[in-house]
Amino acid sequence: MQYMILNYVPPSDYADVDAVRAAADGAAWGAYTRALIDAGVFVSGNALHPAHTATTLRVRDTGRDIQDGPYAASKEQFGGYYIIDAPDLDTALHWAALNPAASRGAVEVRPVVMRS
Amino acid sequence: MDPRDEIERVARLSYGRLAALLAARTGSVSLAQDALSDALLRALQAWPRDGVPARPEAWLLTVARNCAADAACAGQRDARAADHLMMLEEERRAMAHAATPDRTLDLMFVCAHPAIDAGLRTPLMLQLVLGLDARRMAGAFLIPPATLGQRLTRARAKIEAARIGFALPDGDDLVPRLAHVLDAVYAAFTVGLDGDGAGDAKSASLSREALWLGSLTAARLPDQPEAQGLLALMLFTLARRGARVDAAGCLVPLADQDPALWDAGMMDDAETALRLAARAPTLGRYQIEAAIAAAHAARRQGTPADPGAIVALYRGLVALHPSLGAEVGLAGALLGAGDPAGALAVLEASKPTRAAAYQPWWAVRAHALRQAGDAPGAAAAFDRAIALTADPAARLFLTRHRGTPSRQGGVPPHALAILGAFHEPCGGNPAGTAGDGHARQPDVGGLGRPVPAPARLCHRGRGGGRPAREPARG
Repeated sequence: MQYMILNYVPPSDYADVDAVRAAADGAAWGAYTRALIDAGVFVSGNALHPAHTATTLRVRDTGRDIQDGPYAASKEQFGGYYIIDAPDLDTALHWAALNPAASRGAVEVRPVVMRS
Repeated sequence: MDPRDEIERVARLSYGRLAALLAARTGSVSLAQDALSDALLRALQAWPRDGVPARPEAWLLTVARNCAADAACAGQRDARAADHLMMLEEERRAMAHAATPDRTLDLMFVCAHPAIDAGLRTPLMLQLVLGLDARRMAGAFLIPPATLGQRLTRARAKIEAARIGFALPDGDDLVPRLAHVLDAVYAAFTVGLDGDGAGDAKSASLSREALWLGSLTAARLPDQPEAQGLLALMLFTLARRGARVDAAGCLVPLADQDPALWDAGMMDDAETALRLAARAPTLGRYQIEAAIAAAHAARRQGTPADPGAIVALYRGLVALHPSLGAEVGLAGALLGAGDPAGALAVLEASKPTRAAAYQPWWAVRAHALRQAGDAPGAAAAFDRAIALTADPAARLFLTRHRGTPSRQGGVPPHALAILGAFHEPCGGNPAGTAGDGHARQPDVGGLGRPVPAPARLCHRGRGGGRPAREPARG
């Protein structure tokens, strides 16, 4: 069985992508990631850019509704995720709009922090 | 010329071109902006000492590119630093051969991307394309400078992190995306006009800058009727600025303005743009608003403005692009056509919560009540309108009319003019620009809310249903 563990953090702890990168390599997160790997339970994981880089998309009868910022309401439940490789945001939004959740609820698109 | 003046001039004329060029090549608007700022700083040191270079713009671009390369090297924070360097080198080679490509419009599309908060698109465009700083803009957008600065920084970070692409949208995406760009330009224009009226010289120049952005957009997209329509609307509006206030500092309503005081060249350009727009089979809000301005401009040829045609245009506008501004415009047009009861009915049908703080609503209501013979009601509405007016010329006009007895029968001389008197016809109040807690009227002008789908905005069959166009050709 696989489980997804979602990290919810105070935005002030990770104001920009540099802070996210530093934290990922820092004591707490670094140790946690290593512990998962050493225990053989780690499958995959990514850090995300801060919430202000997010775009939330809904598809309704009138067309696409694109909003700046993360998904905020809690009417819908978090149902799953995809990681896609796309050259730019418009391409990512194109795929997001085809996601069945876009017409029933909402889809949040957030860039993944790439590690070199 | 003083080197400082020259820097100022080059910065003004070239900022957007250079910033767009740097940003398009590096994918980072922050990097582009920092590099250009560095280059301008170095110019401030070098030019007074060594003289202004023969090609100041090329000098700035070279220095900015070097600064960008240095920053990319030094930082190494971004895995894409190497890409930056490669693109800069590519750019350097391309520059050696071809004329500098103009990426300004691309940058405008980035700033007005739907993934950018609607209230930030205009300030972002002004900052990235024209180099205005947050402190200068904050007053015009009713946002504290520090807050605006922080929100702009985040927006720039988003463009970079989420990789908002620098290519013009193609096919079906162009028209809806262009609508965002035009709305952002028009919001800058109206912020400038409001500031001008209220005596704020800093925001006054915003309308000129918005006009420049609008003419650039129209020139790059000659087949987009709304781009031409917006350009025409802004030109008509600015052309009338000189006739707007009399020697006593009192506002002169549009119908009473002396056409000889209008800028004839600008009006000619406006009519040309509107004719270009009319070649396309689609109709949109900016074309209709420009057509309304054109109907008033018919007085240039000694033809009186046709009140019936203006009412028809406003009805079209309300149907196509409903907003409080359009409804109040329709009411003003009905009043001008001698139908105060019709005007009051339109005003009553507006949502009262939205109308409560909207000055033109009260001003038109005051004149309509007076014309309908309700003197106490008119006086109360005048008081409310005056209380909501920041522009001293409009205050004086309203104060004078509050004390003037009604003319029995006939259309009061100012009635037609109410349309364009205080704000422009459907004045885009850049509301919503202050998204967090600064509730300005979130309706006219559309910045504070999503732009309607393009299908609703402007699809109409060729031929039929375009009564709106005719007056524009006068």
